[in-house]
Amino acid sequence: MEGLTLSDAEQKYYSDLFSYCDIESTKKVAANGRVLELFRAAQLPNDVVLQIMELCGATRLGYFGRSQFYIALKLVAVAQSGFPLRVESINTVKDLPLPRFVASKNEQESRPATSYSSDSENQGSYSGVIPPPPGRGQVKKGSVSHDTVQARTSTDQQEPASPVVSPQQSPPTSPHTWRKHSRHPSGGNSERSHAGPGPFWSPFGEAQSGSSAGDAVWSGHSPPPPQENWVSFADTPPTSTLLTMHPASVQDQTTVRTVASATTANEIRRQSSSYDDPWKITDEQRQYYVNQFKTIQPDLNGFIPGSSAKEFFTKSKLPILELSHIWELSDFDKDGALTLDEFCAAFHLVVARKNGYDLPEKLPESLMPKLIDLEDSADVGDQPGEVGYSGSPAEAPPSKSPSMPSLNQTWPELNQSSEQWETFSERSSSSQTLTQFDSNIAPADPDTAIVHPVPIRMTPSKIHMQEMELKRTGSDHTNPTSPLLVKTSDLSEENKINSSVKFASANTVDGYSSSDSFTSDPEQIGNNVTRQRSHSGTSPDHTAPPPPPPRPQPSHSRSSSLDMNRTFSVTTGQQQAGVVAHPPAVPPRPQPSQTSGPIVHRPVDADGLMTHTSTSPQQIPEQPNFADFSQFEVFAASNVNEEQDDEAEKHSEVLPVEKPSDPASSLRVAKTDSKIEEKTAASTPANVSKGTTPLAPPPKPVRRRLKSEDELRPDVDEHTQKTGVLAAVLASQPSIPRSVGKDKKAIQASIRRNKETNTVLARLNSELQQQLKDVLEERISLEVQLEQLRPFSHL
Amino acid sequence: MAVCVAVIAKENYPLYIRSVPTESELKFHYMVHTSLDVVDEKISAMGKALVDQRELYLGLLYPTEDYKVYGYVTNSKVKFVMVVDSSNTALRDNEIRSMFRKLHNSYTDVMCNPFYNPGDRIQSRAFDSMVTTMMIQVC
Repeated sequence: MEGLTLSDAEQKYYSDLFSYCDIESTKKVAANGRVLELFRAAQLPNDVVLQIMELCGATRLGYFGRSQFYIALKLVAVAQSGFPLRVESINTVKDLPLPRFVASKNEQESRPATSYSSDSENQGSYSGVIPPPPGRGQVKKGSVSHDTVQARTSTDQQEPASPVVSPQQSPPTSPHTWRKHSRHPSGGNSERSHAGPGPFWSPFGEAQSGSSAGDAVWSGHSPPPPQENWVSFADTPPTSTLLTMHPASVQDQTTVRTVASATTANEIRRQSSSYDDPWKITDEQRQYYVNQFKTIQPDLNGFIPGSSAKEFFTKSKLPILELSHIWELSDFDKDGALTLDEFCAAFHLVVARKNGYDLPEKLPESLMPKLIDLEDSADVGDQPGEVGYSGSPAEAPPSKSPSMPSLNQTWPELNQSSEQWETFSERSSSSQTLTQFDSNIAPADPDTAIVHPVPIRMTPSKIHMQEMELKRTGSDHTNPTSPLLVKTSDLSEENKINSSVKFASANTVDGYSSSDSFTSDPEQIGNNVTRQRSHSGTSPDHTAPPPPPPRPQPSHSRSSSLDMNRTFSVTTGQQQAGVVAHPPAVPPRPQPSQTSGPIVHRPVDADGLMTHTSTSPQQIPEQPNFADFSQFEVFAASNVNEEQDDEAEKHSEVLPVEKPSDPASSLRVAKTDSKIEEKTAASTPANVSKGTTPLAPPPKPVRRRLKSEDELRPDVDEHTQKTGVLAAVLASQPSIPRSVGKDKKAIQASIRRNKETNTVLARLNSELQQQLKDVLEERISLEVQLEQLRPFSHL
Repeated sequence: MAVCVAVIAKENYPLYIRSVPTESELKFHYMVHTSLDVVDEKISAMGKALVDQRELYLGLLYPTEDYKVYGYVTNSKVKFVMVVDSSNTALRDNEIRSMFRKLHNSYTDVMCNPFYNPGDRIQSRAFDSMVTTMMIQVC
């Protein structure tokens, strides 16, 4: 080599490096471990490293003497500096920074290689030169050829020999890579990307320890075994190795070379089986495997038949038993053939075994052939190529998870026909698409969800609907009790109550609510009777299709009360809005006479037909309040939906229309509060006293509110709102009960009806509860049976 | 469930035999050996009948006071013999069939291994594990 002039720093640095690499202190650094690691740490391309080694003469000598080592280091620096690698550049390039052996390119001079993992690359490339050491005679040739080969490989398949050579080259890299990876927690494919701006020595120290350990292992394992293996491998086809080195004979020896290269690769790989993640295949390893696969099976999507695979792996000199086990592990689909993934896994296992790792009982995750996705550990470079593999038949089974169980389930079904493979590959894609579709389909259409009728707030429309129902129910049956009872029985308790309440309210409000517009005029009152009927009959016409009966009308827990209220309100509605606006407790008391009809009618609504008749008369007087009711409804609705503050406002609005509003308000109140019964009863006496009518409303609303809170918790809001509305209305209205006498009768009738309704509802309640208990018991028994049966199901 | 599982080659030599570790392992071996006659008998009885799954399964070969012996033959005249404990009352025919099916599948996997030479003893770990599960099942 040309004379090498080193600066002091360089001298020192180089000597340190040499000492580091010269573990055997033989002044001759064989192209093993440390040197390679070092060169890898230089982050130079493999070809560059090869070039360097060639230039420094190590290739010729087969080892790195001190001078060669120094020259190599210098060349590394040159290369890292970007200067062309030439022998002359060693001395010509002035002020060369110290060679940086770091993962990061911009390492300071003093700290050359921080990334130890990069050594692997060097190692890889270096190991191309390594072969020489074991067998010097051969080595030299090998080294030379290796260099040439490597150079060729670097040139990338420019000659037929390159494919042959590739294996030779890759193995060197991979093992070292692996070792590096194993040593470094960062491992994996981080060799190149190792940040490591840290001082070279620290990582170097680490690497040293690691590498020393690795080297120890290496030395422990590799020197004898690899060398032996090396030799053995070389021996087995001794000529083949030589032949491999001779491109001329490539064609004839392709297979042999393949094997030889494979064997060499195997050895190298074995030496460098990863430590940290023993089963992780690095990029270089994978690339090597792929190349090896290509040698056997040019089609990467195809698979290697068992016989050729057997022949290939037999070269590894592993016991047949172990090879058999490796096969069992790696042949994922149990088809007797190896796809690329399987082949890589098998190869990896062979290498690991060669390095002393015990074979796992189950295929490690990282070695499992991915169904659709490539191995994450695999290099990106390999992924594109391997995607096909993973999608290949072996991985075809729809399940994406590389879990063996799932795959194994499908494996038995797979035949060894290639057609199936193809179909599988298609299926895999289809499965992918299927999954995609599924994901697309997955989102449920929220619109399709049908909202179960929930308690309707007393919005105008709803109120109308309820009224409609009530009217309908009331109108449909002359017998207040039976039809409504029937209806109630059909409904849930609450619903019944609500419906009844609704009915009551509907009936009562029918006249009122039937028209949001409330075209009712006082004259209608006269026609209340007919109106009532008509209400019931026309209610459906007026309002929109009545909502399903089970409209949980929170406020209508006591339909009778509503009826009462309505009746009372009707009776009093004419007189004063306040009367009508009486809370459910007492419909417009002031209008008992008038509300007799509607009163009769109303109870029916609430409870059922019971109060129907009572409400009917009541409705008559309420008719004049229809107009008001509309307003009231708006009022009520708005109140229901809003806070009571609004009620006050509306209350004021209602005030102008006292009369009409009274029944409306009272009805509303009745509707909103199911406890109108009691309240009506309570309010009745209050209403009776006209003088106290003004006072009545207040207590009624109060009572109503209380009742609503107690009874209809879920609808408390509504109730409170309604009650508030009603209360407000009632309060705003002047004394309602005008005709005390009529009120009394009406009240009493309504009371009676309410009581009857009450009892009916209570009966229904009890019946339903009983049914509920029965159902629960059945359920429990069924569960018990299920549990009894369950123990047998596992057989 | 099985106390002894044996795979007999076509030439009636055992490829694989494994028993629950007891002192009477030799007895199991003997039972398996004697059952071969019964197997041959059944095979010959089948004659030219198409071989299908049902006929692969030979069923109860012969019962003893303590054990029952079931047989199964493959298309290549490889026989599976299973000795089960008679005290296992819940052991139904279907279960025996399923066990033989699993045996057959595992055996096929072993056959697929290029490193396995037909006629060698079966030394597959997967096969062993599968047999272990079968033998442990009942316990």
